[in-house]
Amino acid sequence: MTTTTLRRFHSEPIDFESQPGVGAPLWRGRAADSEDFLRFAISVHRHDGRLCALWGSDERAAGQGFRVHAVFALDEGWQYLTLDVPADNPAYPDLAGIFPAASRMQRATYDLVGIRHDGEDQRPWLRHGGWPADWFPLRHDAGDPPAQENLPTDYDFVKVGGEGAHEIPVGPIHAGIIEPGHFRFTVVGERVLRLEQRLGYQHKGIECRLAGADFATGAKLVGRVSGDSTCAFAWAYADAIEAACGVEPSARALALRALLLERERVANHLGDLGALGNDAALAFGLSQFFRLKEDWVRLNAQVFGHRFLMDSIVPGGVAMDADAAGLEAIVAQCAAMAREVRELQHVYDEHAGLQDRFLTTGIIDTALARDLSLSGMAARATGMLLDARCHRHDYAPPPPWDKLAVRPASDERGDVAARAAVRFAEVYESLRLIRLLATSLPAGELRVVVQPVPGASGVGVIEGWRGEVIVGVQLGATGRLARCHPHDPSWQAWPALEHAVLRDIVPDFPLINKSFNLSYAGQDI
Amino acid sequence: MISLLKRIFLAGIVSELPPPAGDQGREMERLQDEVLRILGRALTIRAVDAGSCNACELEIHALNNPYYNLEGSGIKFVASPRHADMLLVTGPVTKNMENALKIAYDCTPDPKLVVAVGDCGCGCGEVGSLFGPNYATCGAVENVIPVDVRVPGCPPPPLALMQGILAAIKTR
Repeated sequence: MTTTTLRRFHSEPIDFESQPGVGAPLWRGRAADSEDFLRFAISVHRHDGRLCALWGSDERAAGQGFRVHAVFALDEGWQYLTLDVPADNPAYPDLAGIFPAASRMQRATYDLVGIRHDGEDQRPWLRHGGWPADWFPLRHDAGDPPAQENLPTDYDFVKVGGEGAHEIPVGPIHAGIIEPGHFRFTVVGERVLRLEQRLGYQHKGIECRLAGADFATGAKLVGRVSGDSTCAFAWAYADAIEAACGVEPSARALALRALLLERERVANHLGDLGALGNDAALAFGLSQFFRLKEDWVRLNAQVFGHRFLMDSIVPGGVAMDADAAGLEAIVAQCAAMAREVRELQHVYDEHAGLQDRFLTTGIIDTALARDLSLSGMAARATGMLLDARCHRHDYAPPPPWDKLAVRPASDERGDVAARAAVRFAEVYESLRLIRLLATSLPAGELRVVVQPVPGASGVGVIEGWRGEVIVGVQLGATGRLARCHPHDPSWQAWPALEHAVLRDIVPDFPLINKSFNLSYAGQDI
Repeated sequence: MISLLKRIFLAGIVSELPPPAGDQGREMERLQDEVLRILGRALTIRAVDAGSCNACELEIHALNNPYYNLEGSGIKFVASPRHADMLLVTGPVTKNMENALKIAYDCTPDPKLVVAVGDCGCGCGEVGSLFGPNYATCGAVENVIPVDVRVPGCPPPPLALMQGILAAIKTR
């Protein structure tokens, strides 16, 4: 077990202690007051750090007030900072002026817990018309929701005026087989002047369902926050629980988790590369990549028992194993897949029509990506080398990544072509990692028992295929989950999409959207 | 261009025969006959995600991959409920999607079929009960609109979806 050490960041007066366990390097601290909280956020921003997640909790049952939880990232790792706010005046300083990504998280925090930020944008985010504005589902004394007719509500979209400007509303039900959300375009001719999103249609009250759940139920729920990222969420949740309870999974369990996570990454990149071809009218790409993806998920089902690997990663380790024959099939498939994807990349690279659509479309530059606290594949496509699996000069990744020397993929162009190129590069790297993991699986217990530690808390950080997945847990007096917040990287990436589409025309939107392929369910929770 | 054609040639035709509906095996032609006999034309489906985690959508996407080749059986997905014979609905219906789902149902011309997809959409199994009605969701699809056929699973694999779609056609 790692010993706890205290440290400060950039001489801000907050003592952080390191989180024990085998997860990503993370320090936990408490801000004495609003001023310290705000000053720390400013300091993180000044040092090119990011705001990774923000949520609230109700601590009144324990005789306290409310609490704001924020996770920041600096080069060295993650900082989990909490701020207590009084029960009689639950308010905290607005972070959106420093980190624009905070805005939607703050609005969601108000909708769910009823603690208010002092910023400008006080519009509801997750609450549409299903429950009253003065009822907060995550308060411990919320009780049943008051009966209310579920009528469609107006939403105060920002209006853009001027000659020839008009609006195109899209959604919540979209034309394809996609999740629901509303996009409000303001256009002049074909040019997009502004895009504003309204999300929350997938809000299922998952955090409410998690309150009071046992570890196993929590794993099932968190594993279904976003179905395409089930391994990333389940691993981040397991990391958080293990850190809270002082348990370390075996080397074998960690290696198997990495194998599953990389298989998830490849499956999603294959699907999206096919869909990108299709959105640029190259149906060939869709057929070929979807054929490869089907091969891929069929082997998942054959070896691990589930096409998308749900419920494979659990607190304490993994709930599956791979036998010699299965591992052999995995290694053989990696070789065949690398060959096929290379051929398809050649077709994509040589296809003038496709490249014409990809190049200079939907650009995000590094400065914007940093301002918006973007992480993951989309951030790497702006030239940033952000990847929780990779070594950097001041950051060593947690096991098993520390032994794998993961090579980050990046591309400086920031357009659809860059995001496609990063996806191709990540497929090859993941195939290399899967082969490496499958041929050198260490021995060890698959799953160790996790004894709940009442009152403990933990945070898990995992580099999912979209980006950084974070899960924060807090255990109650009985050892069950008192509060659990799963955070999808789409929270930060959705606002980036609003910017990416600005220089382009409406028909390019589906292509740009697909190049990110953000999660609605993950952000709506 | 040569490499593109070469890839198409080398990949060949990977489509598999559709699964049996009920007890008796059926071949592609008989399936198409069935669709034609009942509807007199191809079957069109409007998929509505009313609150899923997106895993069900991944399996619905897979229906159109070359292995399952659903469109080859005369069944295709359309962009508007007004063009649809069937709604394929996923998710525990969220309060925030309840109105949109009802509108989509009303816009689908009669006689319409509704297939509820997934444990959440069917309100069955462990996952169905984990995602039961609460302040934010209405629970199973049948709590909001009438349902003809249920396809449970978390998520249901493409073959189960095809069987569910066939079973729904047979109810008419």
